[in-house]
Amino acid sequence: MKWLVICRRELSATFGSLVAYILLAVFLVLSGYFFYSDLIFFILFGGFTLSTGLWQFVFLDMRLVAMLILPLVTMRLFAEEKKLGTLELLWTYPVRDGEIVLGKFLAAWLFYVVMLAATAAGPLMFYHYQPFDVLPVLAGYLGILLLGSAFIACGLFVSSLTENQVVSAMVTYGILVLFWFLTWNEEAATHAVMRWLLGLSLFDRFFNFTRGVIDTKDVTFFALFVAFFLFLTWQSLATRSWRGVR
Amino acid sequence: MISAERLTKRFGAFTAIEDISFEVAAGEIVGFLGPNGAGKSTTLRIVAGVFPPTHGHVRVAGHDVVGEPLAARAVVGYFPERVSIYVDMTVERYLTYVGEMKGLARRAARLAAGAAMASCSLEPVAGRLIGTLSKGFRQRVGIAQALVGAPRVLILDEPTAGLDPEQVADMRALVRDLRQEERTVILSSHILPEIEATCDRVIIIHRGRVVALDTPANLNRRVRGRTQTVVDVRGPRAAVLAALRAEPGVLAVDADEGRDDEVVAVVSSEPDRDLREALAAAVARHGWGLRELRPRTLTLEEIFLALTADDAPARASA
Repeated sequence: MKWLVICRRELSATFGSLVAYILLAVFLVLSGYFFYSDLIFFILFGGFTLSTGLWQFVFLDMRLVAMLILPLVTMRLFAEEKKLGTLELLWTYPVRDGEIVLGKFLAAWLFYVVMLAATAAGPLMFYHYQPFDVLPVLAGYLGILLLGSAFIACGLFVSSLTENQVVSAMVTYGILVLFWFLTWNEEAATHAVMRWLLGLSLFDRFFNFTRGVIDTKDVTFFALFVAFFLFLTWQSLATRSWRGVR
Repeated sequence: MISAERLTKRFGAFTAIEDISFEVAAGEIVGFLGPNGAGKSTTLRIVAGVFPPTHGHVRVAGHDVVGEPLAARAVVGYFPERVSIYVDMTVERYLTYVGEMKGLARRAARLAAGAAMASCSLEPVAGRLIGTLSKGFRQRVGIAQALVGAPRVLILDEPTAGLDPEQVADMRALVRDLRQEERTVILSSHILPEIEATCDRVIIIHRGRVVALDTPANLNRRVRGRTQTVVDVRGPRAAVLAALRAEPGVLAVDADEGRDDEVVAVVSSEPDRDLREALAAAVARHGWGLRELRPRTLTLEEIFLALTADDAPARASA
């Protein structure tokens, strides 16, 4: 249960710093503004269904905000401890590397859950005036949660590679943007390669959720994506055996 | 309690330590001595479980550090050279967290934190954020962190680095307390008197190799090869020197260029031959004044220089 201890310490460090509240505020302002704009757009220009006319846009926009904010949440997870040297002490306690990785991931993930939960204010108010079918919205939230989990796992891994938080955030942005644009250039690859890339693309996988569709294949993909990056992070911690502590 | 067998650690092409072996018995305090960059920290980190050795084995309380890392780490408290503690926690919360990381339940961790704070005199700052503490207090938090949960083995890497003299004295007192509790301690330093003052045995390493491993007294004997006595006599210079040289058993007399009516000399004799009484009698016979008479022991500094000056592994193992 050491991962719980680590998670709790991470959370208290997160919520004890101003940075967390700034990130939370920016996340809420941006996603709130997007929700407002999408709603106005839907009211003015309409659409046949809320699902494709409103929610899809809301979650696609929220995806951008998550991509902007989450690397800033994950950048410090390992980089800061490497810089301060606190990781060295952690390694001398009777705790497995895997528990360290899990505890840190969970802490960032819970912070993200808090951010997402706070964005529900918009839809809730909307529901108060105009009840709607909530299931597609829940599907969208599940999608954005899974997508964000993937971002966090990726950011956690990058953070374990460096002791510089700026580098950590920048490289995470690089990887995420690459995953985003991976499937845009349809002429650059053969059909077979393209299908393979589409299968790997986080954002194409996410698209189904925004339309209220939950496909177990997509859920599995995100779970594997997260597991893969957590595994890489775990391996990255083990490199201290030949890299040394710094 | 600790047995290190032929430890070698390489980082790429760089060899940090090579073929280091030593044993530390339960309840023993052993000093690791060497210039900066000799491989002290690397060795201690391997014992503490920070990273595994490239070759060789370390067992702590019977547990292999690599094979059973959790069991081995559970008996070790480690104080790193670079004191690195979460600055955004209060002392008490931090030490409680450390207790939990060492496997204690929350309540037990809180008690263990209290005990550690007491032995490091940290109670007055228990509620302060670590980031706001002075260097000396942070160092003590670092030590307290190692003490939480009363581990049987303590590994302290340069525990007095950067402290002022009073704090150094406190730290020594703390190490002496640990001796009373029969804990096993390895501490490293590049400051020799510190090791001399606190340790039962000394391991001297230089360029990643052990050049000597013995008690301070034995090292003294080995390096010196002779017994030396310092005498301070008030009397006519030439006559005093002549009388000292004439004494049976005296091999050499080295005197300073002092005043004419007083001589401070170092008298050398065969190993383990104590000339103090004979010298005192000789001075008294001539009616001169004996102002000082004491055996001269080498400081570790001199031992260290003698052992490392000429790349001395051969000499050390002789």
